[in-house]
Amino acid sequence: VKAWVFGDNVDTDVIVPGRYMKFGIDEIARHCMESAAPDFARSVKKGDVVVAGRNFGAGSSREQAPEALKHLGVSALVAESFAGLFYRNAINLGLPAVVCAQAKRIRPGDDLELDPASGRLANRTTGEELRCEPIPEFLLQLIRDGGLVPHLEKRLRTTS
Amino acid sequence: MKQTLAQKLVARAAGRSAVTPGEIATCKVDLAMMHDSGGPRRVKPLLERLGAKVWDPSKVVVITDHYLPEYDDESRKILRIARDWVREAGIDNFYDAQGICHVVLPERGHLRPGMFAVGGDSHSPTGGAFAAYMFGIGATEMLGVLVTGEIWLKVPHTIAMDFDGTLSRGVTAKDVMLFLIGRFGMDGGQYQAVEYRGSAIRQLPMQERMTLCNMTAELGGQTGLIASDDVTRDYLKADIERWDSDADAALAAHHRFDAAELQPQVAAPHSPANTRPVTDFQQKIDLAYIGACTGAKLADLRMAASVLRGRKAKSKLIVAPASLRDQQAAEREGTLQVLLDAGAELLANSCGMCAGYGQHQLGENTVAISTTARNFQGRMGAASAQVYLASPYTVAASAVAGHIADPRGMLR
Repeated sequence: VKAWVFGDNVDTDVIVPGRYMKFGIDEIARHCMESAAPDFARSVKKGDVVVAGRNFGAGSSREQAPEALKHLGVSALVAESFAGLFYRNAINLGLPAVVCAQAKRIRPGDDLELDPASGRLANRTTGEELRCEPIPEFLLQLIRDGGLVPHLEKRLRTTS
Repeated sequence: MKQTLAQKLVARAAGRSAVTPGEIATCKVDLAMMHDSGGPRRVKPLLERLGAKVWDPSKVVVITDHYLPEYDDESRKILRIARDWVREAGIDNFYDAQGICHVVLPERGHLRPGMFAVGGDSHSPTGGAFAAYMFGIGATEMLGVLVTGEIWLKVPHTIAMDFDGTLSRGVTAKDVMLFLIGRFGMDGGQYQAVEYRGSAIRQLPMQERMTLCNMTAELGGQTGLIASDDVTRDYLKADIERWDSDADAALAAHHRFDAAELQPQVAAPHSPANTRPVTDFQQKIDLAYIGACTGAKLADLRMAASVLRGRKAKSKLIVAPASLRDQQAAEREGTLQVLLDAGAELLANSCGMCAGYGQHQLGENTVAISTTARNFQGRMGAASAQVYLASPYTVAASAVAGHIADPRGMLR
């Protein structure tokens, strides 16, 4: 899958600008990343991976930020680090967010193969294997269930 | 085991005698706060999908602030959902058009030292000024809290920011935070707990402490904390528990600063970490904005007034008092009149221009100086707008000068 590469401190106002928050996710997603990469929302393909530097998702609690990325078909996020609130939001929506100290070795358009569970990331373009931190098991469970809402649905079904 | 304030608060909420940084703890939530944008309009359909009810409506507070004043069909609809939902869900703690959630919540007595609280907004660490563990979460995670009354967290390490001595006249909590964010970066807090300590912090009134903890969001901490003391008690007008770190509890880092050396700070576009002393700037401005939870409380309005008294703003000046009560208090004591006499245009008691959600937005190429917390590109309007962040003193002084100006020679 193809890598879309961004820099450090990409904030939630860049991911989804506040002036669109009053709309539904279709409209919000159309403007995803528009100030950083105007063609991103139009061109991103199902399964593509967003790669970034430090502190990806800094700023707002608005979960339309990871929601828009997922809505556009992004299958995972790889960054040197994530803003904590954004990280929780992504996992809660079932979007894997993988911490990779070597994320900056990935170039735009590189063909990646990622297994979020093991933290194995292969760059098929360069032939490199990059080390990532595996996602903790209790969060993987959330992702496997499709996010916190289906996870709660399952839990409520089994307790009722 | 010696514990930090953060560990003690998490341990209490987890029903444990002690917790260790790095371990996962499940905590009972004492209070969940939501606003109109991330709140009812997003959690209501999810609750319906689950067929679930709010675990304890008495522990939920809903405050409208983002889409006020309503200005189109979308914003009217969002507000209507909030107003209808609190009735359906049996939530009595509803504050409609009373001001910004982070200011209204403690103002109406909902926070107490020792509490464990979540807010559906990234500036929720503001509550940490009251020695409550409070942090921001997204709407789906809020749904989880509303259904279960619980939330998990990784027990944080504590980073202590210690300010000895006394802040100089004209230097504020906002300057402290812009300095720290400039020094340590927007991820300096590492999603851990940041604890503000030292004689300079103890001397700060409650609303200034709120500004410190509020901007822990921009410093990248999960929460910002200040031990409870007589200042906390006097603000809350109630008997309170005293919560503080053990003197020799282990810290991830302990940074010490001499408060007297700090100068007024300005963050240049487009990051709160892009900070230098005010004396480095001469930039001409079109607009001075005094607004937001972090920059338009009564204490902030008084700072602005101490510069604007008997002066006229050369630039456009907009003031959006952070709460109705603070605006009424400012009106009674004459502070508001000083601002109006200086030429201020008054906006509603809401998030206003800060979040860029409403009808008032920065136009193309506008250069603004603002008391808000974030100057991300495009946040307050056009992507070409340039936003500088500073304290209410510095913003007021800049309004008078028409360019970024040092307020220290202008205080009255």
